[in-house]
Amino acid sequence: MKRARLAAILPFLVLPLVPLLDRNNSHIDFLANAGAFIVLALGLNIVVGFAGLLDLGYAAFFAIGSYSYAMLASQQFGIHIPFWVMLFVASVIAAIFGILLGAPTLRLRGDYLAIVTLGFGEIVPQTFLNLTQYTNGPNGISSLDQPSLFGRGFGFSATPYYEVMLALIALAVFLASNLQSSRLGRAWMAIREDELAARHMGINTTAAKLAAFALGASFSGLAGVAYAAKLDLVSPDQFQFNVSVLVLSMLVLGGMGNIWGVIVGSFTLSFINGFLLPQSTNLAHAMHLNLDFTNYRFMLYGVILVAMMLFRPEGLIPSRQRQAELREAKLDPALLAEEQAEYTGGAR
Amino acid sequence: MAPLLRLTDVRKTFGGLVAVNDLSFEIEAGGIVAMIGPNGAGKSTVFNLITGVYEPTSGAIDLDGATLCGLKTFKIAARGVARTFQNIRLFAYMSALDNVMTGRHSRMRASLFDSLLHTPGQRGEERRVRERARDLLRFVGLERQADDYARNLPYGGQRRLEIARALASEPKLLLLDEPAAGMNPKEKSDLIELIRRIRDTGITVFLIEHDMHLVMNVSERIAVLDHGEKIAEGAPEVVRNDERVIEAYLGRESTAPH
Repeated sequence: MKRARLAAILPFLVLPLVPLLDRNNSHIDFLANAGAFIVLALGLNIVVGFAGLLDLGYAAFFAIGSYSYAMLASQQFGIHIPFWVMLFVASVIAAIFGILLGAPTLRLRGDYLAIVTLGFGEIVPQTFLNLTQYTNGPNGISSLDQPSLFGRGFGFSATPYYEVMLALIALAVFLASNLQSSRLGRAWMAIREDELAARHMGINTTAAKLAAFALGASFSGLAGVAYAAKLDLVSPDQFQFNVSVLVLSMLVLGGMGNIWGVIVGSFTLSFINGFLLPQSTNLAHAMHLNLDFTNYRFMLYGVILVAMMLFRPEGLIPSRQRQAELREAKLDPALLAEEQAEYTGGAR
Repeated sequence: MAPLLRLTDVRKTFGGLVAVNDLSFEIEAGGIVAMIGPNGAGKSTVFNLITGVYEPTSGAIDLDGATLCGLKTFKIAARGVARTFQNIRLFAYMSALDNVMTGRHSRMRASLFDSLLHTPGQRGEERRVRERARDLLRFVGLERQADDYARNLPYGGQRRLEIARALASEPKLLLLDEPAAGMNPKEKSDLIELIRRIRDTGITVFLIEHDMHLVMNVSERIAVLDHGEKIAEGAPEVVRNDERVIEAYLGRESTAPH
């Protein structure tokens, strides 16, 4: 137990030193962006991995978090709430929207839930696009307030943002792993396994699901603020459906329900997306080849996901439950039927 | 003193089908009561009415003199009604220990805040609940399987785990829906002994069962249901010899020629 905790803390002691070793600002910039997506993935993992509620519109909460910062910390309305306060405010705003958007879906499961959340994921960016007088429509909101710490602005270097992202990841890991081994975490698992039985244990399934939506959304509020501040621009096209799919793919690749798996999956896809493909393209151009590998991004995701489904459906670092569920689902159906008959044989 | 559980003229219809027909029935605290009846007599529906899965079409259900009607299932669980299911409904991919700890949910106080931050109070509660869950696993004879997935337990073990999970909430009333289904004779006699030990802790046991040997052995009172109506009620020996009961189970003796 002690050793596991040490292993969890160690990366957060070493990784802040990376900008000292790697002076290339574009590398740190890439890592900071990847960090935002890790926080997002950890948030979605609460909804999908822990509570088993398939959410295909998670980018909506990312948008809400980002626009919160853009509207409350810029010249847009002349409101200038400090960055650090906004982290808290935006996660509360996102959580409230998590409840508002979660409430109508409570009776839905599986495919139906996925379709409704997909709809919300489309509605939110569309709303920001069309509320032109508040959001500047497709142009988005730019010139956001620069965060500062002890009176010093973050400036143009990516390093402070990188450090902020690391801190947010540490916070997200801390909260998510606490949740997992708690009364609420067990309630989520129980709902995922058997909702009716969960109710008979005294679990208020409505409240537990709303808590999952709210907490999951609040993580993307954090990520949204930090991402918006770093980019200095928020526009509707940053939060399209492909962002929701990307974050969900991170969970599938890494291992749904497992915090470290989710981090690895998230970083892997970010690495391909933000480093490997652009670098390969640069290399190709240097060799006078007219190839743009970034165009093949989604094809590559597709290949990765199909390969994962074929060879390791539980993800790179799976949670114990998922692994057992998926591995046993591959058993011979005849054997399963036999087992089923044995189970129900005596009853009625 | 009010009985622990009172059903007054409880009726449940599904469309045109009358599943439970004006059933009145009382259970005093502290005993073992069984409900028997042929397939489709409405026994499981009665359990589902008590636990709030269904709402009665008419009639009243009271626990300790307070109505259960209109309460959600999770609230009824918190009032002190726990149950097992005819087709085992364990949390298959949670450990036996986690299953029992989940059963304690309604008695735990950790808030969202406590769960997020693992406050000292939350940690103390988790520790106590884990201890208590281990005690319960020992009580039903599963202490060595604490870390196994529920679905990997042998069939009889799953039945007993469901009972341990139900007991975790310290219920006043324990509903057992065909607890002996699919058990071998050894497991059945262990179950009889377990049910008696549960009663001895002060929990009232109300069970549905098809196994007559078990029912006659363990119950202090039996109610017989047929087509949603109570056709007999009393001590095992009285019910055993009741003509209407024999008729319900074996059919009426044919007098008319074919």
